Amino acid sequence: MISLEKRPQPSRAWSLATPLVAVLATMVFGGLLFAMLGKPPVEAIRTIFWDPLFGEFAFYYRPQLLVKGAPLVLIAIGLSLGFKAGIWNIGAEGQYIIGAIVGASVGLAFYPYEAWYIFPLMVMGGALGGWAWAMIPAVLKVRFGTNEILVSLMLVYVAEQLLASASLRFLKNPEGFGFPGSRNLQDYPSAFNADLIAGSGMHWGVVAALIAVIFAYVLLNRHMLGFHIRLTGEAPRAARFAGVNPSRLILLCLGMSGALAGLAGLFEVSGPAGQISIDFNAGYGFTAIIVAFLGRLHPIGIMLAGGLMALTYIGGDIAQSNLGLPSAAIQVFQGMLLFFLLALDLLTNYRVTLRKSEVA
Amino acid sequence: MKLTTLLTSAAMALGLATTAMAADKTKVGFVYVGPVGDGGWTYEHDQGRKAVVEAFGDKVETVYVENVAEGPDSERVMTQMALEGADLIFTTSFGYMDPTINVAKKFPNVRFEHATGYKTAPNVSTYSARFYEGRAVQGTIAGHMTESNIVGYIGSFPIPEVVRGINSAYIHAKKVNPDVQFKIVWAFTWFDPAKEADAAKVLIEQGADVILQHTDSTAPQAAAQTAGNVITFGQASDMSEYGPKPRVSSIIDDWAPYYIARTQAVMDGTWESAMTWDGIGAGMVGIGEISDAVPADVKEAALAMKAALADGSYHAFTGPINKQDGSAWLADGETADDGTLAGMNFFVEGIEGEIPQ
Repeated sequence: MISLEKRPQPSRAWSLATPLVAVLATMVFGGLLFAMLGKPPVEAIRTIFWDPLFGEFAFYYRPQLLVKGAPLVLIAIGLSLGFKAGIWNIGAEGQYIIGAIVGASVGLAFYPYEAWYIFPLMVMGGALGGWAWAMIPAVLKVRFGTNEILVSLMLVYVAEQLLASASLRFLKNPEGFGFPGSRNLQDYPSAFNADLIAGSGMHWGVVAALIAVIFAYVLLNRHMLGFHIRLTGEAPRAARFAGVNPSRLILLCLGMSGALAGLAGLFEVSGPAGQISIDFNAGYGFTAIIVAFLGRLHPIGIMLAGGLMALTYIGGDIAQSNLGLPSAAIQVFQGMLLFFLLALDLLTNYRVTLRKSEVA
Repeated sequence: MKLTTLLTSAAMALGLATTAMAADKTKVGFVYVGPVGDGGWTYEHDQGRKAVVEAFGDKVETVYVENVAEGPDSERVMTQMALEGADLIFTTSFGYMDPTINVAKKFPNVRFEHATGYKTAPNVSTYSARFYEGRAVQGTIAGHMTESNIVGYIGSFPIPEVVRGINSAYIHAKKVNPDVQFKIVWAFTWFDPAKEADAAKVLIEQGADVILQHTDSTAPQAAAQTAGNVITFGQASDMSEYGPKPRVSSIIDDWAPYYIARTQAVMDGTWESAMTWDGIGAGMVGIGEISDAVPADVKEAALAMKAALADGSYHAFTGPINKQDGSAWLADGETADDGTLAGMNFFVEGIEGEIPQ
């Protein structure tokens, strides 16, 4: 009989191994799923995981991995700080939208004037916008004890309405024949977040994501605040005795995650997306939650997880186009990844033992 | 050789073989904003794709990617199709406009067709349908059929396309029923069954017994069915599963003839950049069968309207028409020009409420 035995300490080995095992299990069961759909499983898995990295057109897909992964990593890093402390910001999508709107507004306010300081101002605007949007659930929680999960999530829908309003009204392209959507920032050199080296996919958002990873790593391992964050998540009572001020921590964690999500929105709107439009947000804020957990709330893990998610998106689209896989199958495949990860998490905290069944 | 490398190289060889075989085929790509099973907008584009396959058989290879977000994702998907050797790519959502232009610059030998946009290039055409002609037929039926004199309208986004439809439906409902009133709810989505159902319920509660929709799901049809005694029209696709009532007719986007013609043009080497805006006459806008829930005389009036629009003897926007604020727009007998229609951002006189801005 199989039984579970709680480990005295979470297993370090399993904690590192489960993401890899989860990916392998996803490949196996995903392959089965594709086979049942009548598609060649090996080719499908190869298309998703191999082609974007080493296939014939990898020269194009590799930079795209950075473009797709950077916002995920940037947002997930911010979320992970709060998640570690038990502060649940589910509304990064909204902060991402507001960051983009504020940042784009700053840039377009200068249009068509060209100056070197416009882009830095937009970056500040993006971070401030996201920060301010995250401050709403933070302040409400600190002052009135509201649930930050609900408030931050609901504010996503408010942000979406503001996005529609921006596209239809105050940021609408005056030369757009009445159609919704702002001017394209890609055509406005001072505001364009272009590739730092043409065709490399390395725009400022990618740089910011890398800086955020290093910053979070140092913060969590070398800094008192990082210690407080970890302590609050692992032992809230002990944290209080250690003099951690919970209100301050809530404001800091939500603020940082909001600012990073806002930055991600700004880098996206000024670079790859180019314009504010009604459907500007593509779900990065929600996917980043998966990335944060897939990466074990660890900065390096998040960076790798962001790359992996980007890979399944890009590979998934290639598989749709080349093999005729339905997009729903790709979504199930991505869902499997999270499912296996969470399911295998059990092994980190429990030991599976085989025992002879005893007569009760 | 390890098993994995063996498998990989076998698969690679297979991949190369299919690419080589595809060389003499014309490859046509489709980028969809929704799922092919949405029963509306994307569904009809995919029906068009299938018609291309049927028409050309072995001479054509089609590929598609569904649920593609507007912005950088769509740009990547188009680039990928172009890299993989597509000769012609249809991008089927307004939000794909700038990405289409960007990708087209990088692949001057690939032809692009962007639906509902206004930017063209030597290798980019645009195409759209005069859905407002279908709205004129719907308005005629709605005006006759309503007993409460309240027609509910579920708008998606307040863009010219949708505003044009509301105006056209209103003008023609008013023509046959001077007491008719329009109530408009903006759903701010193209496809969201839950929101659309809510919008329909709100309108029905406000007394509407006819629901027109510019959103793509069948949820409003289902809401009308539950409420009873409310009629609806299929949008983008026929939605005949809700007939004969509540769904009494529909506007169908029929992209098949256009897709086949454009594919043929690429094969013949006669493809040229163009801006196509076709209506009932060219077959791009179809009117779904008018069900028996509609009295014979109303059906006759609707079909007469359809015929007049098809042969060009009548234009859906024929003066005298005033704007909502009472200022004159079209003089008696004057018809609207395409430029004004394309950017229409005002309601005509008699419609209550504002276009959200």
